[in-house]
Amino acid sequence: MNLPIEFQLRRRTLLIGTAASAAALRFAQTAQAQTPVSKPAGAEKSAVTMTVNGETKTLELDHRTTLLDALREHLKLTGTKKGCDHGQCGACTVSVNGTRVNSCLSLAVMHEGDEVTTIEGLGTPDNLDPMQQAFVDHDGFQCGYCTPGQICSAKAVIDEIRAGVPSHVTSDLTSPIEMSGPEIRERMSGNICRCGAYSNIVEAITEVAGEQV
Amino acid sequence: MKSFSYERASNAGQAAARAAEVPGAMFVAGGTNLLDLMKLEIETPRHLIDVNGLGLDKVEETEEGGLRLGALVSNTDLAADDRVRRDYPVLTRALVAGASGQLRNKATTAGNLLQRTRCPYFYDTAMPCNKRSPGEGCGALSEGAFSRQLGIIGTSDSCIATHPSDMAVALRVLDAVVETVTPSGATRRIPLEEFHQLPGDTPEKETALMDGELITSVVLPAPVGGKQAYYKARDRASYAFALVSVALIRQPDGSGRVALGGVAPKPWRRPEADAELPNGARAVMARLLDGARPTEENTFKITLAERTLASMLAEE
Repeated sequence: MNLPIEFQLRRRTLLIGTAASAAALRFAQTAQAQTPVSKPAGAEKSAVTMTVNGETKTLELDHRTTLLDALREHLKLTGTKKGCDHGQCGACTVSVNGTRVNSCLSLAVMHEGDEVTTIEGLGTPDNLDPMQQAFVDHDGFQCGYCTPGQICSAKAVIDEIRAGVPSHVTSDLTSPIEMSGPEIRERMSGNICRCGAYSNIVEAITEVAGEQV
Repeated sequence: MKSFSYERASNAGQAAARAAEVPGAMFVAGGTNLLDLMKLEIETPRHLIDVNGLGLDKVEETEEGGLRLGALVSNTDLAADDRVRRDYPVLTRALVAGASGQLRNKATTAGNLLQRTRCPYFYDTAMPCNKRSPGEGCGALSEGAFSRQLGIIGTSDSCIATHPSDMAVALRVLDAVVETVTPSGATRRIPLEEFHQLPGDTPEKETALMDGELITSVVLPAPVGGKQAYYKARDRASYAFALVSVALIRQPDGSGRVALGGVAPKPWRRPEADAELPNGARAVMARLLDGARPTEENTFKITLAERTLASMLAEE
């Protein structure tokens, strides 16, 4: 694992090392079962330039680097979290060109010229975004690991309802969509919270949505 | 993940030619399924051709009064399109029943059709799978296998995986046609009915596409009207794959069309079953699921399909 040297050895880092050892074992078995494949047809690295939280960044990256790993390991923006790394938990949710995406399921090299906003770009401890403040006010978390993804998703959910994007619980596809609890719940289903802070999260989002109406 | 080289395509025909010419090449658009599979080394492309710059991201009206859906239109944009919501509501309903908001923002029309099965034995590289490694055997058909989620019809002794798409079930009931460009630069039109293949002895071959062939759009015929609905029965209320899903178009005279998701290796529809719609859900399913070969764990899907359709028909 190629961790930046300035990263302190913390408990979390130790855990990553343990998980990687287990994963390596599994991949060794996989490699045996598969037929040999040809080599890549060309370079295995490229330069990519994107705007992250308003700043232009150019990185030289292995093509395998996900947007999530580019943000965390290369730009040191560790607010965005890696949960499942397979698009199932939503902890890695960020905004790309104004829409929310799972940054773990996107290659960084595919974001040339894109505008990325992470939790660090929304507010600061002294000047919280209204959604961040609402999560604090309503106790919208316990351990906090899923929270950056929840907040990035929550802000996008309000925008999507305002833009008239339908959801599974929208009853009439041809009328304006109501800013309701069921709509918010359905649209937040891609963000999992192991601590189960869901009801407080819905309260936080509802408050922000109401204030902005 | 295996390392790979990468290029951005700017022309559909050239992209198809490159895909056929470069060993181990694959297209990437939204990447939401491909990246997942690459991390597990179920897919191991050595070269990725990024097709996002091809401009295939528009929904346009056709001369025949239908819609041409660009291959790169996101699931979110397609579901939200005013013309789709008004004239093809079954498609919007199916799209918003699938995945999560974040995934729908990235997932594309063509990628949705080409996504791989979520069979747990396909995903677990420690288990045998004829689809992943032809000739290896099928873990899902072994003694005591977990097959609750898997197929009941159109399956074979090699594979009982289902196609996981909701969108494709709606496209099937709408008689959609897939448009492609081949590596030689020719264009092809493939009815959705013929697009996905049954597994037989070759479950690794899932579609009618030839090596390098690129989907450019999906065409919807002129609107057929009627009352349109999509119901997805699943283990939780949101963000789960279908146990059974039903796409239904019903005309005022009682005639209509019905297709199933979650039960077969492709969206499942039969004309002789459509013809039974005036006679109710039991008559439809007797035709639609005739020849079903469920496992002990998923035989409930036959009852669930019939009851789901019955409840949809009763809603009118």
